[in-house]
Amino acid sequence: MTIDWSWIGDHTDDLASLTLSHLQAAMTAVFFGLLISLPLAVVAHRVRPLRGFLLGLSNVLFTIPSIAIFVLLLPISGLTRTTTVIGLTVYTLVVLLRNTVEGLDSVPAKTKEAAKAMGTRPLRTLLTVELPLALPVIMAGVRIATVMSISLVSVATYIGDGGLGQLFTDGFQRDFPTPVIVGVVLTILLAVVADALLVALQYVLTPWRRRRA
Amino acid sequence: MIQFDAVHKRFPNGTTAVHDLSLEMPEGGVTVLVGSSGCGKTTTLRMINRMVEPTSGTIKVNGKDVTQQDAAELRRSIGYVIQQAGLFPHRTVLDNIATVPLLLGWNRKRARARAAELLETVGLAADAGKRYPHQLSGGQQQRVGVARALAADPPVLLMDEPFGAVDPVVRTQLQDELLRLQKELNKTIVFVTHDVDEAVRLGDRIAIFRTGGHLVQCAPPAELLARPADDFVADFLGAERGLKLLSLQTLAAVPQGPAPRGGDWTLVLDPAGKPLHWSSKETELPVRPLKDGDSLLAALNESIASPSGLVARVDADGVLTGVSSRDDIHVHAGQAHSAARVVAA
Repeated sequence: MTIDWSWIGDHTDDLASLTLSHLQAAMTAVFFGLLISLPLAVVAHRVRPLRGFLLGLSNVLFTIPSIAIFVLLLPISGLTRTTTVIGLTVYTLVVLLRNTVEGLDSVPAKTKEAAKAMGTRPLRTLLTVELPLALPVIMAGVRIATVMSISLVSVATYIGDGGLGQLFTDGFQRDFPTPVIVGVVLTILLAVVADALLVALQYVLTPWRRRRA
Repeated sequence: MIQFDAVHKRFPNGTTAVHDLSLEMPEGGVTVLVGSSGCGKTTTLRMINRMVEPTSGTIKVNGKDVTQQDAAELRRSIGYVIQQAGLFPHRTVLDNIATVPLLLGWNRKRARARAAELLETVGLAADAGKRYPHQLSGGQQQRVGVARALAADPPVLLMDEPFGAVDPVVRTQLQDELLRLQKELNKTIVFVTHDVDEAVRLGDRIAIFRTGGHLVQCAPPAELLARPADDFVADFLGAERGLKLLSLQTLAAVPQGPAPRGGDWTLVLDPAGKPLHWSSKETELPVRPLKDGDSLLAALNESIASPSGLVARVDADGVLTGVSSRDDIHVHAGQAHSAARVVAA
């Protein structure tokens, strides 16, 4: 298997725009995943009876094959970026919801108790005490969801989207390995860089965890 | 002043935590609630700032019924210190202390300035302010907990076994600091502990609870030690309660005479007149001089430990003023004890 370097040189603009589109699809999915998971996790954390139901539901959604999700969505949102993002978002929920609930669970009862006893109201306690302390566990979920989404975007090639995934179909159809290899390498690079950026973000957001005495 | 009037607390599982409690906690005084675990002392404390709601009865803080006030606002007006401090691990020491001022709407600069001032009040170095709680020792964290409770200068301070998790030496230091602070600040303090010695040391009044949430006796420490209401209280105070009573009396009234010359033991002084040691023909033994403010218990202890049976007395500068005999101390201790009984009766 040889790589046609001149093909890469001829297609740098295409590769850049595919990479950007790929990243955009994954990040949008993680963003909406968080937006949906946060309130659901707060509910699951506070209302015990709903906890099993919500976590179970996210598990069930995760077991639906990805292609099936896209097919099911076609009548609603058609062959669009929206379909891609909705599909990916559904998959991020299982990780984000579970980690956010676990993150909230990990906040020591004593600390929440102290916040209440100082006269902090529940919403402020959630925003200024519980979520910051849950952040490391939530961020662990965000990292997994991000890497998972980046690898899943390619599946959306079946509905005409798919970012770097388009390189795979292109390569297969023409029996031309270069785009496939380039697609794989760029996907991995994207995942590694995104993960490293998230680690850096967490470092910035949790100054109290830096200097362990 | 904090008033409990016929307060009852039953938890949903059916256990009665506090039974028909009527109690007054005087303004500017330290009321210590003691009892074994499950006696309702912590529940009683937590009902004052509505961390627990009473089933029936009323609780008033400075004349106002607590259940008629907004719970969060009430809590901001009452300082609260808990065991192992309960500090916010993600906030610096300074921001931990500034918690309540910020909730009250102070701007950040003013709240931090106040927090820095309190660091000094509780005996912490200024550079501790930038650290996170996990970078401090247990005793230091507890000081931050006290500073946080004092930040908005609340008239009432609730302390739930605040020194329970630190070692005995640090605990004694923290108790001393609290007594010193209280002299300056004159807060109305409610203090929960299961340690009788701590209660005797800190309390202006001690309320003893029995399992099932019954208040058995509430009295000043001397009265409690001299005249326990029943066998339960007597047992709880322990077999050495007579000695504990002596820890509340000072040595000041015990007569003293000149140091002996030419006996078996001579008290050797330095040029400034400060006692150095007891000396005999064969050996030298240490001396532990006492000041007028030291307790009769310390004097009794030293009279036994001293080889001559004499206790060296010194002034504030450590210069010898005289000695007191074992007999005088013993007689005085007995008199102090019976006097406490008579006063109590």
